[in-house]
Amino acid sequence: MGSLFDKLKEGLAKTRDSLTDKFNEVFGLAVTIDDDLYDELEEVLITSDVGYETSVDIIERLKKKVRTEHISDVALLKDAMRDVLAEYMESEEPFDTTGPMVILVIGVNGVGKTTSIGKLAHKYRADGKKVILAAADTFRAAAIDQLEIWAKRAGVEIVKHQEGSDPAAVVFDAVQAFKARKADVLICDTAGRLHNKKNLMNELEKINRVIDREIGDARKYSMIVLDGTTGQNAIVQAREFKSVTNLDGIILTKLDGTAKGGVVFSIKQTLDLPVLYIGVGEGIDDLQEFDPKAFAQVVI
Amino acid sequence: MAFDGLAERLQETFKKLRGKGKLTEKDIKDAMREVRLALLEADVNFKVVKSFVAKVSEKAMGTEVLESLTPGQQVVKIVHDELAALMGGAEAKLNFDPSITVFMLVGLQGAGKTTMAGKLALYLRKRNRKPLLAACDIYRPAAIKQLQVVGKQIDIPVFTLGDKTNPVDIAKAAMEHARKEGRDVVILDTAGRLHIDEALMLELKNIKAAVNPREILLVVDSMTGQDAVNVAENFNTILDISGVIVTKLDGDTRGGAALSIREVTGKPIKFSGTGEKMSDIEVFHPERMAGRILGMGDVMSLIEKA
Ligand SMILES: Nc1nc2c(ncn2[C@@H]2O[C@H](COP(=O)(O)OP(=O)(O)OP(=O)(O)O)[C@@H](O)[C@H]2O)c(=O)[nH]1
Ligand SMILES: Nc1nc2c(ncn2[C@@H]2O[C@H](COP(=O)(O)OP(=O)(O)OP(=O)(O)O)[C@@H](O)[C@H]2O)c(=O)[nH]1
Ligand SMILES: [Mg+2]
Ligand SMILES: [Mg+2]
Repeated sequence: MGSLFDKLKEGLAKTRDSLTDKFNEVFGLAVTIDDDLYDELEEVLITSDVGYETSVDIIERLKKKVRTEHISDVALLKDAMRDVLAEYMESEEPFDTTGPMVILVIGVNGVGKTTSIGKLAHKYRADGKKVILAAADTFRAAAIDQLEIWAKRAGVEIVKHQEGSDPAAVVFDAVQAFKARKADVLICDTAGRLHNKKNLMNELEKINRVIDREIGDARKYSMIVLDGTTGQNAIVQAREFKSVTNLDGIILTKLDGTAKGGVVFSIKQTLDLPVLYIGVGEGIDDLQEFDPKAFAQVVI
Repeated sequence: MAFDGLAERLQETFKKLRGKGKLTEKDIKDAMREVRLALLEADVNFKVVKSFVAKVSEKAMGTEVLESLTPGQQVVKIVHDELAALMGGAEAKLNFDPSITVFMLVGLQGAGKTTMAGKLALYLRKRNRKPLLAACDIYRPAAIKQLQVVGKQIDIPVFTLGDKTNPVDIAKAAMEHARKEGRDVVILDTAGRLHIDEALMLELKNIKAAVNPREILLVVDSMTGQDAVNVAENFNTILDISGVIVTKLDGDTRGGAALSIREVTGKPIKFSGTGEKMSDIEVFHPERMAGRILGMGDVMSLIEKA
C-alpha cells in the first residue's frame, strides 16, 4: 500500500508543483479570510478546469464550512478546502470488481482508452483474475496492433478480427470466449468517437446491446475515459455517452502533466458519475484507483 | 449546443435595458460579466479572459458606445472584432525551403499528430509536392505501424528505421532517403510527450538542430482546457514553434484553447483537423473561430437583433 501511494504522489508530483506554488502564493499573502482570498481560490479552481459555476458552488460550500466550524485561521483554510473538494468527489459504494464482469471502455478520440485498458488488464491480472481483451476498435489505423502489444505486455488473451470488420461481431465473439473460458474480466476497447457523431454513437449502441444480450450472469460496466487536459467539453462528452450506455464511472487520464482534470467535479455534480481510476503516465503501472483525498491535493 | 451562446446571453442582458436608450457604465459591466463567463465556458484561459475583458470594457465605455442609439449592438460588435483580431486576422501559409523542406509535428499525447501528418502529406501532394512521411515515434505501441497504415491509405511513402534507432538519427536518415528518392517535403511524426518531460523535450530540440525544420507545428486538441497555455508556452519556449494546428474541430467544443494559444505564443494557427479521414483538413479561419468561441454563428444578424 505504501508503494501505491508513493507512486501516486510521484506521478502527481509534477502536476502539484506548479499549482501548489500558486496556491501557497495565495495563502502566503493572505492574513485574513476575506472576499479577496475567496476570489483567488475561485481563480485557482477555474484554472484547474473546474468551471465557473461549480467553482462558485465549491466556494459557497467552503464559506459555509468556515462559518459552521468557526475557522478564522488562514492556515486552516487549505485543509478545509481540501475536505470540501474530497467530499464533492466521494461516492457511496466503492467499485466492485468481484465476480465475472464485462467492461466496455468508451470515449472520444485519443483520450487514452487503449492504454488504460492495457493498464487495467495488468492490474486485474496481478489481482489474480483471468482477463480477456476485445479489439473492437476495428477502425483506427493499427488500433488492433496497439491493443495486441498491450495484451502481450499484460500477459492476457485478446480476441480480434480484421481491420475494418464489424466491431459488434468482435464483441460478440469476445463475450463467447469470455464465457467459454470462464474468464473473470472481459475488457472491450472501442474506437474513439466524438459524441456528436450520430452514426458512431449508434454503432456503440449496437455493441452495447450485444453485451447486454450475451453477457449471461456477468455484470456489465461501462467506463468513459476522459482526458485530464480536456476542458468544459468533457461535461458534454459524459452526458452524451451516458445517453447511449448507462455509465458506471470515469477513467481520468494524463494527470501526470500540468492539467488538473477539474472538470470531473461538475460531472460528479450534474451526472453523479464517479471517477474510478486515474492515469498518471504511459507505463503499465501508471494507473491508480481514484482517491478523492489525494485528488483534492492535486487540485489544491 | 452545450451552452447558450454569448450572443444570446448578451441579448438577454440588453433586452432588460430596452427602451432605456443610453447605457450606463453599470450596464456595460453587467454585459462584460456575461462576456467573461462565456469565454471561461469556452475554455479560454483565465488570464487571457481577464486581459481581454479589460480591453473590451475600456472600448465599450467609450462615449461613442454609451451615447449611440444602439449600444447593445455596438458592444457585441466590439467583442467580436477584438476577438477576431486576437485570433490573428488573415490566414497563415506554410513556408518552404528551396531544396528539401522539413515539417515537424509536435504535441501532447493523443493530440492528433500522426493523423495530421497523413493529412498534411495528402494536402501537399494535391499541391504537386512530393512528401515523405518519417516515423520518429519509437515509443508508443504500434505508432510506426499506424503511420504506415496511414501512408498506405493515401499512397505516400513512409520512412522508418524501426523502434530501436534514436529519433534524431531517424530524422537525419529520412532526409538522406528523401534526397535519394527525389521527395521534396519530409514530414516528421514525433511521439506525443508532456511539455514538462525534459528528456523528451530535449529530443525534439536535437531533432530540430539536426534537420532544421522549416515549420515546427504544435498540434493541439481543440478540446483542451485551461492548461493549453502552459503546454503552448513550454513547447514554444523550447522549440520556437512556427505555427499551431488545432484538431478535432468536428466536435462541439467551443475551442477557446485556440485563442489562449494564439495569445501566449503569438504564433499563427495554420490548419485545423475536422475529422478522422485524410481529407479532413482545412486552412484555419480566424474569423470563423472567433464566432465559434463566442457561440455566435451569424454574427452580423445577431448584431442587428441586439
Ligand atoms: N502522459 C500520459 N499519456 C497517456 C496516458 N494515457 C494514455 N496516454 C497516451 O495518450 C496517447 C493516446 O492513448 P490511446 O490509449 O491510444 O488513446 P485512445 O483513446 O485509445 O485513442 P483512439 O483509440 O485513437 O481514440 C498515447 O500516446 C498514450 O501513450 C496518461 O495517463 N498519461
Ligand atoms: N474526430 C477527429 N478525430 C481526430 C482528428 N485528428 C485525429 N483524430 C483522432 O484522434 C486520435 C488520436 O490521433 P493520433 O493521430 O493517433 O494522435 P497522436 O498525436 O499521433 O497520438 P500519440 O502519437 O499517441 O501522441 C485518433 O483516434 C485519430 O483518429 C480530428 O480532426 N477529428
Ligand atoms: Mg484506442
Ligand atoms: Mg502519433
